[in-house]
Amino acid sequence: MIPASFEYIRVDSTEQVIAGLAEYGDEAKILAGGMSLIPLMKLRLATPTVLLDAGRLDDLSYISDKGDYLALGALTRHRDLETSDLLAKECAVLRGVAAEVGDNQVRHRGTIGGSVAHGDPASDLPAVLVALEAEFVVEGPSGSRTLASANFFKGFLETELSETEMLTEIRVPKTGATNWSYHKFNRRAQDWAIVGALAFRAQDSSRVALVNMGSVPIRATAVEQALASGASHAEAADQAAVGTEAPEDSNASSAYREHLSRVLVKRALDEALV
Amino acid sequence: MKISISVNGDKQTHDVEPRTLLVQFLREQANLTGTKVGCDTSSCGACTVLVDGESAKSCTMFAAQADGSAVTTIEGLMTDGKFNRVQQSFQDEHGLQCGFCTAGMVMAAVSLLEEIPNPTESDVRIGLEGNLCRCTGYHNIVKAVMAAARVK
Ligand SMILES: Cc1cc2nc3c(=O)[nH]c(=O)nc-3n(C[C@H](O)[C@H](O)[C@H](O)COP(=O)(O)OP(=O)(O)OC[C@H]3O[C@@H](n4cnc5c(N)ncnc54)[C@H](O)[C@@H]3O)c2cc1C
Ligand code: FES
Ligand code: FES
Repeated sequence: MIPASFEYIRVDSTEQVIAGLAEYGDEAKILAGGMSLIPLMKLRLATPTVLLDAGRLDDLSYISDKGDYLALGALTRHRDLETSDLLAKECAVLRGVAAEVGDNQVRHRGTIGGSVAHGDPASDLPAVLVALEAEFVVEGPSGSRTLASANFFKGFLETELSETEMLTEIRVPKTGATNWSYHKFNRRAQDWAIVGALAFRAQDSSRVALVNMGSVPIRATAVEQALASGASHAEAADQAAVGTEAPEDSNASSAYREHLSRVLVKRALDEALV
Repeated sequence: MKISISVNGDKQTHDVEPRTLLVQFLREQANLTGTKVGCDTSSCGACTVLVDGESAKSCTMFAAQADGSAVTTIEGLMTDGKFNRVQQSFQDEHGLQCGFCTAGMVMAAVSLLEEIPNPTESDVRIGLEGNLCRCTGYHNIVKAVMAAARVK
């Protein structure tokens, strides 16, 4: 399958990306790892006429310790997350979940920024970032702004990013090497989650998030509140589907997804919160 | 557009459309047909090659993205007419039947052993999750990769 024709521009700086987006508007797309965009282009579900290839923007590939938080460049690949010593020490949950994305080939090329900007509720990293209360730094024609992950995801493949903006940095708190558990239910090893459930401790609270249980990544607040008020893991996990809008597709009905969310949250709580 | 990719050490410079996939470049322009297209939807791994030493699915990359990079295909693994250790153990352990997945499996295994030189069986099974084989049931493929890891 061959995508529709486009003009290919390899960019060398963030400024060049911003200028390109300003010039071509919604005709242009940033190409990062291409692990979501190229499949869509091959199916002609996406037909950008200009691709700004940011794949060699090494300046935006880093994981650095900023004292009270960690900063990750948007072009940091999943592979770099899953092998990072700094993350192992300071944010083990993010490192662990990154290792669950797709397969080795996908993780060699896909980036954290691409996962966030793509806004797919079936992706793994957006859920962990929402539960971490991460912040996203975005550059646009009128400068930079910092957005809370809680308000960033708007709907299926829809985010706060405008057509003229680029995500440049992801900031996460230092949660340490604490226990975490991610249960990803799928049919083929490399696939997206039919439902995913994540639990970990951060800043003295229990965090629980769900993948593919709505049009955006979901923080399971009902479960978190139940835990905070002393409920058992079983009682708290019973609240997993509260407030979700589980999709219905060839893999699972909404009711089955709701069932899975309760079962998987229970397993994740038992493993992570001991 | 004109791009240059070092393929198995040979500099290949060709005029391509930006939408040319890396696998097309390799098969149709570099005339190296060892790399196969199985699913064409990034699921099966038959098209796996090494891009700057790391496994990648060449059906899900534009050739233009590899401009200036070094690509290794199955044709690039032999030295002096001899199989490399992964190829040899696929033969020894009967790690293939029809052979369609093999080039991709071998390239994925080469990349995996680079990253995990002494893998457990589970490391190998997880490390090859991006590669599908419809014939062997994977058992002998895993045995072959484990055997290759023991060859130092
Ligand atoms: C076989 C396969 C299996 C996969 N399995 C999983 C899985 O299990 N879990 C999972 O979470 N994901 C999975 N993925 C998707 C993978 O995680 C992608 O890496 C990720 O979704 C996108 O990152 P990318 O760098 O490849 O982005 P690209 O595909 O290059 O871009 C995706 C979108 O984001 C935009 N974009 C990219 N970077 C930026 C930026 N910095 N600023 C603004 N916009 C930007 C692009 O314009 C495009 O619209 C899989 C992919 C494949 C091919
Ligand atoms: S042909 Fe590329 S992954 Fe199947
Ligand atoms: S040997 Fe036939 S597909 Fe693997």
